[in-house]
Amino acid sequence: MNKLLMGNEAIALGAIRAGVQFVSGYPGTPSTETLETVAKYRTSDMDLYVEWSVNEKAAMEAAAGASYSGARVLVTMKQVGLNVASDPLMSLEYVGINGGFVILVADDPGPISSQTEQDTRHFAKFSKIPALDPATPLEAYEMVQEAFELSEKYKTPVFLRTSTRVNHACQSIEIDNERYRNEISGFKKGPNWVIFPGLTRKNHVLIEARNEQLRHENSKSRFNTLNISEKAENKRLAFAAGGVSFAYFSEAVKDAGYELGDVSYLKVGTPHPFPEDIALSLLKSADEVMVFEELDPVIETELTYIAGKFGIAVKIRGKLTGDVPNAGELSAEIVSEVIDKYFGGGESGKTSFAHDLPDRGEAPDLPVRPPVLCAGCPHRASFYAVKQAMKGQKAVFCGDIGCYTLGNAKPLDMVDTCLCMGADITIAQGIQRVSPDTKTFAFIGDSTFFASGITGVVNAVYNEADEVICVLDNSTTAMTGQQPHPGTGVTMMGEITEKVDIEAVLKGVGVGFVKKVDPMNHKEAVLAVKEAAAVKGVSALIFKSPCVSLFRSDKQAYIDEDKCIGCRKCINEIGCPGLYFKDGKAHIDEAQCNGCGLCTQICPVGAIDIKKLV
Amino acid sequence: MINCMLSGVGGQGTVLASRLIAQAAMANGEMAMTAETIGMAQRGGCVVSHVRCGKEVASSLIPKGMADIIIGFEPNEAVRVLPYLKKGGTVITTKRSVEPVTGALTGKTYPGEVMIDYLKKTDARVIVVDADEICKAVGSFKVLNIILLGAAVKSGVLGISPEEMKETIKERVKPKFVDLNLKAFDLAYERV
Repeated sequence: MNKLLMGNEAIALGAIRAGVQFVSGYPGTPSTETLETVAKYRTSDMDLYVEWSVNEKAAMEAAAGASYSGARVLVTMKQVGLNVASDPLMSLEYVGINGGFVILVADDPGPISSQTEQDTRHFAKFSKIPALDPATPLEAYEMVQEAFELSEKYKTPVFLRTSTRVNHACQSIEIDNERYRNEISGFKKGPNWVIFPGLTRKNHVLIEARNEQLRHENSKSRFNTLNISEKAENKRLAFAAGGVSFAYFSEAVKDAGYELGDVSYLKVGTPHPFPEDIALSLLKSADEVMVFEELDPVIETELTYIAGKFGIAVKIRGKLTGDVPNAGELSAEIVSEVIDKYFGGGESGKTSFAHDLPDRGEAPDLPVRPPVLCAGCPHRASFYAVKQAMKGQKAVFCGDIGCYTLGNAKPLDMVDTCLCMGADITIAQGIQRVSPDTKTFAFIGDSTFFASGITGVVNAVYNEADEVICVLDNSTTAMTGQQPHPGTGVTMMGEITEKVDIEAVLKGVGVGFVKKVDPMNHKEAVLAVKEAAAVKGVSALIFKSPCVSLFRSDKQAYIDEDKCIGCRKCINEIGCPGLYFKDGKAHIDEAQCNGCGLCTQICPVGAIDIKKLV
Repeated sequence: MINCMLSGVGGQGTVLASRLIAQAAMANGEMAMTAETIGMAQRGGCVVSHVRCGKEVASSLIPKGMADIIIGFEPNEAVRVLPYLKKGGTVITTKRSVEPVTGALTGKTYPGEVMIDYLKKTDARVIVVDADEICKAVGSFKVLNIILLGAAVKSGVLGISPEEMKETIKERVKPKFVDLNLKAFDLAYERV
């Protein structure tokens, strides 16, 4: 059946087709929909378990256990999630696996929704794990199935490394619903599952030999293509590209007036181990090779190495030589500009795609639209309460990863630091330790608290830190699209489970002062913050109010225009997208307002009230 | 190949609209690819969807100067992606602009008329849709994307007939919202 599928959906359906039996992961853009799609298409007669794990490390380890026992497993995460999972990952390669083990890691060139522009192909080399790199959603569908075969054949985890424009692109794909049946053998005891230096020494030799063998085997992989042009005019220059950059390259070649077969190129779908034999053929065929790839110059470096190894006189160009931008996303236009320099075009200064674009004059000033907390978001109220309570005092506000990072925007301006998952609690400790006159606050969401906050709380209690931990508990993993987590009481299998109680966790690890607060009650919230800030040592507030995306509000604010004095306080204090100013008065944007009522508590003349919608 | 770009502000429903266009093209036997903005920018930021339909589609992103049609969910965002429009291409935009939150703080406004006047001075074929009026007529502000699809189908650029698009809407939209959406589609198709 031909279906329009997002790359992540295609990967999920490919994995289901390959008979995956255990899927774990942690939400992270652009990888999230993969695991969600597995859960959506899972039926009770399928031998298939799926979970959102507490973090990527837990997901990787749980999957390792399932694979040891013979199950086919898929682990999903974004690129920075792999940093969290790197401890089990690095050792797992030395131990090896039993059931097919595929790790989906979604890279984010740009970056569009990430902290870093790291390249998972390096992690593949670093961990010695083979990697596949699809150019399109269709290829991702095929690669994920092949990855299980490769994994079982060579008894190693295999990376399916994708990027945003594959994960979040949609493509019409022919889907086959037949599902491979894998028999689970059960865990068989043996010395091979226990990592010791002796085991590592022995297996390291085998891994290196296997990867050397794969450099040749991969040269025959259907995911790599070598084309040597018959056209004499194009012989001097060859190209190499990997992942989505190959799609841009194909388009740019056509725009330059050639068919793909007219130029010499290497498409790399298996960046590690690198397909050495066909790369060598390419290098021997040309005087220069131009490389297109996003993130780091991995292919470029490999080609340079192979040229050196075999003593071939060829120039390798790309990011390292300054011909291709070394940061940010690539596009067909960027590739086209580089190509045109070779094919003699591009001298008009325009990219070749914009062949005959008319001059459209200068466009009027356009608005800047930074992402903002939603209208009615409880995080806004929590930040505002802390801001009001600490007015005039020396305080630093440490933030974390999630929707609430957006609390740094003006007028709230309440996120002074943000580094990585869970770092708010520990950074606050460091700041306060060396500047004791500063009160530090750590803001952490509920999902992030479970993912990697608890260790920091234990560290704070043990090392007698002095800080206020503010858990912004909106009962969901909001930024990535409302995934359940340990505090929500539901699993990805649709089962009702024990809710892990944040308050009990905080008290259990020894936080002396823990208080639950409703951030939407501004006065009480401010008092609670003052109380917590007065505590010497570690104190904690749990701001509990659900994410506005979880329910449909039946309330809305309205403004009594006769009472509104046009002071702009509501707008200037909280920056809610549900409020705007026009003709000397504040107004409510009815398409956005959720009736949270925060602005009614700020208006100095009581001009804003809440009405129930019918 | 038809290249269609949709631009708007997070939360306006651009993603569903682009999927509907791709789906309708596929029902016509075309290949389709789309690329959408998903993630942090969805929280009130600028969002862009690329839809490419034809016999052969290499990548999901439309290169600059190659879009046959821009569907602007508000006039500022239509202007922002204008460099993607091919010579003499079509721009569909709503009449009213969505003011940015930063504007509420600084007091600077970005009225739709300024953008539409600018667009009309270019080589683009400009179609302005009074979406608010149609929203009021059907009694919902959640049908903006379908209204714009109505206008886009009417423009003839997509190569999709109104019947084909309505079939796709019936397939992809939640059953209880189908009638509302079809009504919005018809009204937009008639009035533009």
